[in-house]
Amino acid sequence: MSAHAEAVGHEHHGPPPANRSSRLDPATLGMFLFIASEAMLFGAFFTAYFFVRVVNPDAPATWPPPPFEFPVFVAGVNTAILVTSSFTVHWATQAIKRGDRNGLRAGLVITILLGAAFLLTQMVEYAHVGFNTGDGAFASVFFGLTGLHGAHVFVGLSLLTIAAVRAFRGHFSPEHHHGVEIPGIYWHFVDVMWIIVFFAVYVL
Amino acid sequence: MKNPLRDEASAFQVVLVTLGGAVLVVLAAWVNTWLGLVVFLALVAVALWAIRGGMRQRPPQAHVVHDGGPARKILVVANETVGGDELRELLGRKAEGVSEDVLLVCPALNSRLRTWTSDEDGARAAAQERLDESLARLRDAGVTARGEIGDGDPLQALEDALRTFPADEIVVSTHPPGRSNWLEQGVVENARLRFDVPVSHVVVDLAAETSV
Repeated sequence: MSAHAEAVGHEHHGPPPANRSSRLDPATLGMFLFIASEAMLFGAFFTAYFFVRVVNPDAPATWPPPPFEFPVFVAGVNTAILVTSSFTVHWATQAIKRGDRNGLRAGLVITILLGAAFLLTQMVEYAHVGFNTGDGAFASVFFGLTGLHGAHVFVGLSLLTIAAVRAFRGHFSPEHHHGVEIPGIYWHFVDVMWIIVFFAVYVL
Repeated sequence: MKNPLRDEASAFQVVLVTLGGAVLVVLAAWVNTWLGLVVFLALVAVALWAIRGGMRQRPPQAHVVHDGGPARKILVVANETVGGDELRELLGRKAEGVSEDVLLVCPALNSRLRTWTSDEDGARAAAQERLDESLARLRDAGVTARGEIGDGDPLQALEDALRTFPADEIVVSTHPPGRSNWLEQGVVENARLRFDVPVSHVVVDLAAETSV
């Protein structure tokens, strides 16, 4: 009896698991803090944007300053693409929670395709927008803000690609799917930022 | 506080709410720029209220399955006030003539930031010190008790303790009204709503005791 108890007691090797009081698991907490720092970064860019817009002599009647124009329709289509990708990543996460691996894989692949389509469209938009960073402060903040967001989309796509590769290798289960959940949170954050960028820059 | 990015599903809801809010702001701004600003500020206020727990539903009442043992199980949650005379007297009265089993829970009170970052060594050490001192004082008063350190949230500490200690009664010890953070948070009322166990509240005025 004592020998058995001793054997059971030696099954665990290494130090005991660290005690943690937070009801958030460390991985989610890390992503939460990261997103908080990202929100501040975007906040700085938005501040610059609104400052430039407010000091514009014709504000708020004309924006952007003539003769330039923003491609609102293309950006609207891009917004629809990105919002749709939030639905698909949510579908993927819900699928693995139900144990539906095919749903997970399909959801991730569609999300990656939509994200790639967004980036591609943005690159085409940059090529045809008709102004460049040297065409005034408004152009600088436009490229700064949308470019910063584009970089985040790229990071999100990288995370989702890793998740997709793991999904195709048979990783993840209804109990263990942090590798999908956390990129999903990040992707939604990127989506929220774009909604704000789109309405603030293109529509208002 | 409710973390809106707690999991993927919550983050997805944030996307939908942001989309809806942005449409509202734009529609208002098209009518009038200042109206758009007002709508934006109102939406920010509503969002902050929701994050602060404005729409949180009350959790269902926890049912405690009693083990039917001969001893009367009393669960005490107290932080600094467990050494107070009032609490010791109350426990002494409750233990009179019956076999009692008292579990004292000392929450490891911590700042929100430290709790989030799991930095609670200091809080647990301080709670352990208070617990040891309190148990010694209860022993001196003739009350046999054992103790454990609980979650920084007193209600959570009670719920955790009730899982292994099916108490017949809960005693919450606090500072007097006006000086008690727990009373301000409604810990006693919430404990009564959350657990189907009689909850007694004892006020311990440590300042008055020490001045005497």
